[in-house]
Amino acid sequence: MDLLTIILKMAEGLEKTCAIFFLTLLFSIPLGMVVALLRGSKLKIVSGIARAYISVLRGTPLMLQLIAVTYGPYYLFGISVSRNKLIPVVIAFAINYAAYFAEIYRSGIESMPVGQYEAAEVLGYTKVQTFFKIILPQVIRRILPSITNEIVTLVKDTSMAFTVSYQEMFTIGKQIANSQTSFVPFIVAGVFYYVFNAIVSFVMGRVEKAMSYYKI
Amino acid sequence: MPVLSMTNIQKSFGENHVLKDISLHVDQREVVSIIGPSGSGKSTLLRCATFLETIDAGEIAYMDQKAVQTVNGKAVYAKNLKPFRKDFGLVFQNFNLFPHRTVLKNVTDAPISVLHRDPKEVKALAEELLGKMGLADRAGAYPCELSGGQQQRVSIVRALAMQPKILFFDEPTSALDPELTGEVLKVIKQLAEEHMTMVIVTHEMAFARAVSDRVIFMDGGVIVEQGRPEDVFGDTQEERTKQFLRHYER
Ligand SMILES: Nc1ncnc2c1ncn2[C@@H]1O[C@H](COP(=O)(O)OP(=O)(O)OP(=O)(O)O)[C@@H](O)[C@H]1O
Ligand SMILES: [Mg+2]
Repeated sequence: MDLLTIILKMAEGLEKTCAIFFLTLLFSIPLGMVVALLRGSKLKIVSGIARAYISVLRGTPLMLQLIAVTYGPYYLFGISVSRNKLIPVVIAFAINYAAYFAEIYRSGIESMPVGQYEAAEVLGYTKVQTFFKIILPQVIRRILPSITNEIVTLVKDTSMAFTVSYQEMFTIGKQIANSQTSFVPFIVAGVFYYVFNAIVSFVMGRVEKAMSYYKI
Repeated sequence: MPVLSMTNIQKSFGENHVLKDISLHVDQREVVSIIGPSGSGKSTLLRCATFLETIDAGEIAYMDQKAVQTVNGKAVYAKNLKPFRKDFGLVFQNFNLFPHRTVLKNVTDAPISVLHRDPKEVKALAEELLGKMGLADRAGAYPCELSGGQQQRVSIVRALAMQPKILFFDEPTSALDPELTGEVLKVIKQLAEEHMTMVIVTHEMAFARAVSDRVIFMDGGVIVEQGRPEDVFGDTQEERTKQFLRHYER
């Protein structure tokens, strides 16, 4: 198999790689906020559950979570493994990344000076208005570099989907490498990820710049 | 009718009894300064008046409407404090402007989104107030682009744009470089001349003397002495007040 064929074959999997990437962000970014807010709840049970969620999902390998979500239903309830593996893969990624995002949000929210809340309270803003108008925009600005880190990691982590044989780019590459006993697919994969992340860095750099119109 | 009535206020932080049965009544158009040593409870008094801290016992009323009452020795707050919040404004020592918003947005957002006032009218009022405070050309700037004195003047405008009946200041110049305090004191003085009802916690004795209708000296969670500035400063009655004022003589 020549290089071009390898590249083209692997590129077919890129669509799935991108699907994992964008769907994970789409679900984990808001889910992480929900977890972060629950984590800050005054109710001990609620914050305890959120804390346990974060602790388990950050404390166990993503690879295990992928296997658990994809094959767990079969072993536990005898439900056959869904033919469209995108769903379990995205669920596993989203709940895993939500745990990381939750911690980032939490540290961002905690870094806000109490005076911002007090000024808003005296002006009569409701709790919801205070959060969305005053706190959240500043938190986003503060946590953007950490979010960028996570997104860069996510690009590389999409390759984990090979553990459940989801036909994304890396899984295809690995199959070619095995059948052709060739190292080339891995180099191609490396280049793909590198370019993908270069784009991510460029975009996030733009976003960060757009948000730094004021000093913290 | 007093704008603010605080009656027999009790406030403790754990074991620390900070406000000991304090009463403070402020009439319309009155300018009251509160002076006193560090830790005497001045900020706590303002924070209780603005509901940033909850009192343990006592009564707080704005325009004769009770926001807090004491029932069986325990303070009971009104279910909805929102109607009371529009009666007062608070200017913080460290401004607490919203850094992600322009000066104009800092000033106009709360009147529009909290009080639901007409955006055009609010903008006009904001521009008028900014002009009055010498900030007409800074409306589009972000707080970080302003000097401390300008930031504090913006925060005064932000409070005024809510058209409160009473304005509280907690050491409005203490976070400023000495050369910037003058411009802030000047605008507060201007407000005093327009008979804006104000309660000002300050360490600027000359200023307190010049602008106030009444000066209150607090120490250890009680009001030790109060009266017309010429009396409190010129004909001091209490030994503790004399001791305190001696620190400011030069
Ligand atoms: N949130 C709080 N928790 C616990 N103790 C507090 C709190 N706020 C104030 N205190 C205590 O209450 C007392 C009065 O503090 P307060 O800030 O009202 O004094 P102050 O007169 O404003 O002093 P300063 O001139 O230094 O601003 C102090 O002993 C302080 O330590
Ligand atoms: Mg104070």
